[in-house]
Amino acid sequence: MELQKKKSTPLWRNKKMIPIILQILFVIIIGSLLWILVHNTRIGLDRIGIRFGFDFLDLRAGFNINESLIEYSTSDPYARALLVGLLSTLRVSFFGIILSTIIGVLVGIAKMSSNWLLSKVASIYIEVFRNTPLLLQIFILNFAVFLSLPTIQEAIGVGPFYLSNRGAVIPWFNTHDLTWMWSLLLLVYVIGSFLVFKWLMKKEIEEGRDTHPFSAAFGVFVLLNIVTFFVFGQGPVNMLVPKFTGDTIVGGLALTTPFLSILLALTFFTSTYIAEIVRGGIQAVPKGQTEATQALGFRPANAMRLVIFPQAVRIIIPPMTSQYLNLIKNSSLALAVGYQEIVGVGNTVMNQSGRTLEVILVIIGVYLFFNLTISLIMNYFNKKFQLIER
Amino acid sequence: MYVNNIQQEGEFNSQLEVTAGTHLKRNNNSNLSESLKKNLFDGWKNTLLTVLTGIFSLIVIYQVITFVVTNNWDVIYDNLRLLMIGQYPIEEIWRLWIALDLVSLLIGLTWGLWKGAGKAVAATFGSVFFVFAVIPWTTLNTSLNLTASIALIAVGYFAGDRLDGLKIPTLILWALYIPLALGLITGFGGLLEPVLSREWGGWLLTVIIASISIIGCFPLGVLLALGRRSELPVIRYFCIGYIELVRGIPLIMVLFIGQLLIPLFLGGETGIDNVSRAIIAYTFFAAAYLAENVRGGLQSIPAGQYEAAQALGLNKFKLTFFIILPQALKAVIPALVGQFITILKDTSLVAIIGLADFLGTARRISNNPEYLGRYMELYIFVAAFYFIFCYLMAHVSRHLERSLSKGNQ
Repeated sequence: MELQKKKSTPLWRNKKMIPIILQILFVIIIGSLLWILVHNTRIGLDRIGIRFGFDFLDLRAGFNINESLIEYSTSDPYARALLVGLLSTLRVSFFGIILSTIIGVLVGIAKMSSNWLLSKVASIYIEVFRNTPLLLQIFILNFAVFLSLPTIQEAIGVGPFYLSNRGAVIPWFNTHDLTWMWSLLLLVYVIGSFLVFKWLMKKEIEEGRDTHPFSAAFGVFVLLNIVTFFVFGQGPVNMLVPKFTGDTIVGGLALTTPFLSILLALTFFTSTYIAEIVRGGIQAVPKGQTEATQALGFRPANAMRLVIFPQAVRIIIPPMTSQYLNLIKNSSLALAVGYQEIVGVGNTVMNQSGRTLEVILVIIGVYLFFNLTISLIMNYFNKKFQLIER
Repeated sequence: MYVNNIQQEGEFNSQLEVTAGTHLKRNNNSNLSESLKKNLFDGWKNTLLTVLTGIFSLIVIYQVITFVVTNNWDVIYDNLRLLMIGQYPIEEIWRLWIALDLVSLLIGLTWGLWKGAGKAVAATFGSVFFVFAVIPWTTLNTSLNLTASIALIAVGYFAGDRLDGLKIPTLILWALYIPLALGLITGFGGLLEPVLSREWGGWLLTVIIASISIIGCFPLGVLLALGRRSELPVIRYFCIGYIELVRGIPLIMVLFIGQLLIPLFLGGETGIDNVSRAIIAYTFFAAAYLAENVRGGLQSIPAGQYEAAQALGLNKFKLTFFIILPQALKAVIPALVGQFITILKDTSLVAIIGLADFLGTARRISNNPEYLGRYMELYIFVAAFYFIFCYLMAHVSRHLERSLSKGNQ
């Protein structure tokens, strides 16, 4: 009898066995596909006469990179060239994230404005830059806008800014002996004025009269800075204002045409997505919250800062993370206009050394590292803001 | 992209609410000047804002109009055919016209049968055809063909409006359209004079790459999404690994892998032409993103649906494909359309790997010394085309979103 019971559930209907069999089958199929790929790749590599390995990274690169944050010459190894590319990616992504966040938030708020005209202009901005390819925007900025500007001899001056077909020159700063002293004091002042703000805010809550905590704290900060300026006799940094000498521009910071094109295109493109995220986040906060702040007599700015925004941030952070990651990934389009970031450098290395597979693996590794880091940072912020919830 | 919002389930509805946009708030009993005053000149801050924005928009509009009117557009009309269909042989061009006529008829039928968003699609296609038919520098042949297409949209509309029985044939024709059009373009594998992929170009190549990738990534993406929610750990981790890996690297890297490594994976033989390699790369890339969208839809299905299906005695396969998937896909249609818009825009990246798609052709023409420095005209033309079709898709998506959410109320 018992024997019969065991026999009555055949293998193909056994609830415990089926998943295991399915998974084994899956592993076998995927494994054999992978094996075929690896095998073919080996044959392919043999045919071109290349042995897989990363030792080529120590070989002399021999090509030039126009923009580099660290010292680089043609006699440096491939590994250093890739590092230069990596830093260029970080540079354009860093400024791109800051600029696109600022513009995105402004446009998002403008789109929610009760002013019909402003809201429509914001919508048009979003639609135009969102519905055209990013690569096209980069091409337009690089070829049709910047390269069509006059030569540097006839550079257009807009205040302290100069524009020519080589890019833009903007005011910049450099450090001097007292800079570290200044930065230390600035930190102290920030903490100090924050304490003043806290103290006045507490007083305002306790005594119920307006003590203007923000203006007072800001005033203290400005006053302390002015006093320090007169004591030291100079500002925290030396300003470098570009000067036009007739055939070239001295001083300031020169931003090249490819860098500007990719930076501005990334900013415009990503800011449209950020604008929609910000708008969606703020509008997702229930209307009752706004009405409650009005009933409690909040000023609109305070209501936004203390009630609406903290709740919106929780909704905004996760999609914002993926926008930042998209921006970093999209910065790879810079290779189309010759700004040499990691993919651009990698492409040159591939062409020169013939080590396609290895270079692609290195670049994939770099991007996965970026992803992991940003995800970890944003998860931290996410957790921090989630705690506000009950 | 903004599609990611959908993964946070609670937000989905709030996202739906905000799509309406701002309109001039106008009460029935107040006239225009009052509503203008209320919306634009309400207090000095608002007035200042209005004046500043107004000046800014006037300057931009003035610049755009002067650019369009005073510019010499000969670079476009000298190269119009190159931009639209690339090197497609001129004696075989009738095939493209047939494909275009067929799609016009289908659009007309859809508009007539289902109304709704079909109107916007028909209007857009009609206007684009009309503009190209009346501009003086197209040939008579082109004008006649485009007029025929416009006529077919109208014929389709009236046929669809009168005959309700055409619904099923129209759907079947839509399903067959892409293979049919592709067959026409390539020559049905030898039945007609074959036209090789290196002769495709311009907008034609962009549309071909985008549509095949969209169709190809769909089943793959759905399978990956199902795999990611599978109870079998091996399959689940494989799908998670694939999705996260592909989503982590830039598209241009995936295209490089397609161009450089696919021949290597096949043992160093270049058996596949570079258009197909690009399409394969796009398909595998887009599938990972699509999987995430579909997963958002799967997560929004209440557990009761699973339990009810199990109570009815449906097996896993029927449960997934007849109960869960249809509902999940319906819930994420707007997100999927958003994904398709992204694919259409992203096809421009093949210009980097040297294919002559719409943008790539424009880039090549601008490198021609004859048209030195005529970048702006070319790129504005390309941008206008992309804008029209991406905006149209977004509009249809918003429309679907509204009509779908109506069903849930």
